[in-house]
Amino acid sequence: MTELSRPDRRTFLKIGAFAGGGLALAVYVPGRRPWDTTGATFQPNVFVRLGSDGMVTIWVGRVEMGQGVRTSLPMIVADELDADWSRVHVVQADAHPTKYGRQGTYGSTSVRNGAWLPLRRAGAAAREMLVGAAAARWGVDEAACRTDRGQVVHDASGRILSYGELADAAGRRPVPPDPRLKDPSEFRLIGSRLPLVDTPAHVAGRSVFGLDVRVPGMLHATVVHPPMFGGAVQHIDATRARDVPGVRHVLELSGGVAVVAEDTWTAFRGAEALDVTWKPGSFALGSADIAASLARLLEQPGEVARDDGDAETALRQAARRIEAIYRAPYLAHATMEPMNCTAHVRPDRCEIWAPTQNPQGTQEAAARLTGLPIERVTVHVTHLGCGWGRRSATDFVRDAVETSMKVGTPVQVAWTREEDMRHDYYRPTVCHHLEGAIGADGGLAALRVRIACTPISGGGGGGGSGVDRNSVEGVANLPYRVPNLFVDYCRPHIAVPTGYWRSVGASQNTFIVESFVDELAHAAGRDPLEFRLALLDHRPRLARVLELAAERSGWGTPLAGRARGVALVDNKGGLVAEVAEVSLEGGRLRVHRVTCVADCGRIIHPGIAESQMTGSVVCGLTAALYGEITLEGGRVVQGNFDDYPLLRFDEMPEVAVHLVRSDEEPGGVGEPAVPPIAPAVTNAIFALSGRRVRSLPIRPGNLSGA
Amino acid sequence: MPPLTLRVNGHRRQVEVAPDTPLLWVLRDHLGLTGAKYGCGIAECGACTVHLDGRAELSCMVTASRAAGHEITTIEGLSADLSHPVQQAWIAEDVPECGYCQSGQIMTAAALLARSPSPSEREIDEAMAAVLCRCGTYQRIRRAVHRAAREAGP
Ligand code: FES
Ligand code: FES
Repeated sequence: MTELSRPDRRTFLKIGAFAGGGLALAVYVPGRRPWDTTGATFQPNVFVRLGSDGMVTIWVGRVEMGQGVRTSLPMIVADELDADWSRVHVVQADAHPTKYGRQGTYGSTSVRNGAWLPLRRAGAAAREMLVGAAAARWGVDEAACRTDRGQVVHDASGRILSYGELADAAGRRPVPPDPRLKDPSEFRLIGSRLPLVDTPAHVAGRSVFGLDVRVPGMLHATVVHPPMFGGAVQHIDATRARDVPGVRHVLELSGGVAVVAEDTWTAFRGAEALDVTWKPGSFALGSADIAASLARLLEQPGEVARDDGDAETALRQAARRIEAIYRAPYLAHATMEPMNCTAHVRPDRCEIWAPTQNPQGTQEAAARLTGLPIERVTVHVTHLGCGWGRRSATDFVRDAVETSMKVGTPVQVAWTREEDMRHDYYRPTVCHHLEGAIGADGGLAALRVRIACTPISGGGGGGGSGVDRNSVEGVANLPYRVPNLFVDYCRPHIAVPTGYWRSVGASQNTFIVESFVDELAHAAGRDPLEFRLALLDHRPRLARVLELAAERSGWGTPLAGRARGVALVDNKGGLVAEVAEVSLEGGRLRVHRVTCVADCGRIIHPGIAESQMTGSVVCGLTAALYGEITLEGGRVVQGNFDDYPLLRFDEMPEVAVHLVRSDEEPGGVGEPAVPPIAPAVTNAIFALSGRRVRSLPIRPGNLSGA
Repeated sequence: MPPLTLRVNGHRRQVEVAPDTPLLWVLRDHLGLTGAKYGCGIAECGACTVHLDGRAELSCMVTASRAAGHEITTIEGLSADLSHPVQQAWIAEDVPECGYCQSGQIMTAAALLARSPSPSEREIDEAMAAVLCRCGTYQRIRRAVHRAAREAGP
C-alpha cells in the first residue's frame, strides 16, 4: 500500500485547522499509520478497516490520475458505512490479481456498470456488523438502532456507541453476505461536494508522482528507443556517453538502450552523447503515404459493423444525397508527466513503483520479465501525472524492470519528453467515406459510413481480422434513429502502435459523424439542432440533454460576429451535448464559450464531474486546434510542446457545465465530454463562414469550401 | 567538482553537481525537493517554475551556478503550513485534477500577485499562459487567482 504524499506532521495538522475538518488527510499523524493500528481493529473486507480509535481506513483499488477516484470511491464506501468523513483515511492499494477486483482504470469504469456495488456492499456490511454489535451489547433489537456519522444510536433509550468502541465486538460477528444497501434517498455523502482528498498534498507539492519516488540506493536512468517503428539496435558506441561524469552504465535492453547515472539530468546527457546505429525495420512510411493507403482501402468493402434497413436502395432513391471524405490525424497522449517507472529487482522478489493505469498488468509484466511468481512482485501505484489511456500499456515498466535486473539496484527510468512523444500508442489516423440521403419528408433517410482505422485494441501494428469495435465506436452505435444505416470497417495494416486515447474511437468518429449530420441538416435546409432532435424521439434522455443545451446556450438568438455549432455523443455511459460559440477575426479562430450539458446518471461528486467535463472540453479542443502527429520515413516528427502544442490559459473558453439531475445508475464522467467539442466548433465555423472542416486539426489551410 | 552553495527555502544547501546542471534536477535529485516538476525541459510547460528572489523562473532553464547567490523558493518553501493566500485559494477552489502541473501554476500565480496584487485579466492571462495544464484546470485557476488577490488584499 502506498501513502501518496510525503507526510509532514506540521503541515497536515495545520491543514485540518484550516479546512475545519472534512479532510481525510487532516487526521494523518506520521509515525502512526492508520492501517497499522495496534489493538482492536475490524476489517470485514478488503476495502474498509475500522480502528478502535474510530479511524476508518478505505482502500482504493483504482488509480488516481485527476478523475478523483481517491475521493469519490471512498465516499461510496463511507456513505453506506455511515462513517464520519473527517475520520476517513484513504490508502492506495497495491496491485493484486483478484483482491480488489479490476484495478485497470480506463474506459471511465470505476463507478459505472455496477462497479460501485462492491464498494457499497463493503460499507454496508461493516455498518450492519456495527449495528449488530451495539444491539447485542444493549440487548435491543437491531431494527431499533440507527447509525449516524460514525455512531450507533438507540433512540428509545438515548444510548450512543461510537464505531471505535464497537470495532472489537463487530469484528467477531459474521460478515453479512447480502447487506441491505441504502435507498438513494438516504445518501448523505454521495452527491455532495466534499473537498478532494488530494488537494492539500498537491498544493503543498508533497504528492508523490512516479518521478517523485525516492528509494534508498536508487539510480536514475533514461532509455533511448529506436527512432523508427519496427527498428532495433544494431551497434552501440557508448564511449562518449560513458565520458559524461556521473554516468554509471550503458545497457542494451529489449526495447532500446538505457543510460544509468547518478541523477536524471546526467542520464539525459549521457543519452544525448550515445552513438547508436539503428537497424530499421520494414516500415518507413510517411503521413502522406498512410493517408493515401487509407483512401485506397476505402475503395473496397469492409467488414459489416451495422446494417439496418437497406441503405444502398435508400441512397439510390433519395430525393437529395451528399457524400464526403473526412480525416483525423494520429494523436499522442502527451501526459503532463512523461512515462517513468521505478523498479528494484532482487533474486527472490521485485518491487515496483509505477504511475500506471494498469496495476495488474504491471504485476503480470514484471513477473513475466523476471521469471518470479506473481506473489513475489509488489506493485505500488503512485499518483499519475495524467493517464488518458497511455498508462494502460506497460512498455515503461519493462524498461525499468530490465534495467534494475541488469544493475541490481533500485532504478528509476524517466523518459525524456521527446521519447514520450515518439514512442506512444497513438490514437490512430482515420479516413472515412460518408454518404447520406435526405428523404422526401426532409429527414435523414439513409447513412452509409465506411471506416478505415488501424485497430485500437491490441496495440495496433497490423494483424487481426473482423470489426475492431473500438474503431467503429460512435458510428456503429450512432444514437440517432436512421431507418437505413450501414457501417463497414476496413482494417489497415500499418506498423504504428495505436492505443486507447481519452474517449477512444468516439474521439475521432464523433467529429466525423456529427459534422456530416450537420452537412445533412444544411442539405435539408433545416436548423442543425432541430434536425438532430427529430432523430431522437426514441431517446428521451438524450433529447432532453440536447434541448437543455439549446436553452442554456441561447441557441437561435442572434450573435454579432460569432456563430454557434452543436454536437452530441452517447459515450461511456454519459450523454453529452455541447454548443460552441466561435468567431473568426482576421482568419484567427477563437472559441469564446462552450455550453456543456451532461446526463451521466447519478453523480457521486458534482464538483469532480464538472471538472471532468471542463477538462474534457480542453482536451478535445486541444486536439481540434493543434493535435497532430506526423510521420516521415517511419519516424514521428514531433517531439515536445513546441511542435505538439497544448491549449494554453489565455485561449481557454468560458465553459458552462450543466449536469442533469438523474436517479439512473451512474455512468462515466471522465470521457464523454471529449468527443462533441471538435464538431461543435467546426459546425460553428460552418455556420459562420460557410466553410466545412473535414480534416483535423483545424487550420486556415484546410478550411475548404462547402 | 567543487561544492556549490545554494540558498533554498531559507536554508543554505551544499551540492556537488556540474555547474551547468539545471536547477530543476539539483532540487529534485540532489536536494529531495520534488515539488517542481519536469514536463518538457525546453521552457514550454512551466511545470518546473520556482522563485528566484521572488520572481518566477523556469528551473529547467536556470543552471545551478546561475542560481547560486539568489534566494531560491520552491513550492515546499512557499509556506510551512499552506497558509500562503494562493495555496489557500487553490484549496478553496479545489483546483487540481491530476496535480502534476499545479506547483508550477501556484508558483507562477504567487509571483504574479507579489508584483501585481490586483492583476487585470490581461496580466493574469500573460502570466498564467506560461504554464500548461493537460487536465485543463484553467477555469478554476482563474477563479483561484482572483480569490487569492481578493483575500490577500488590503
Ligand atoms: S520543464 Fe521547465 S518549462 Fe517545462
Ligand atoms: S492538473 Fe493535471 S496537468 Fe494540470
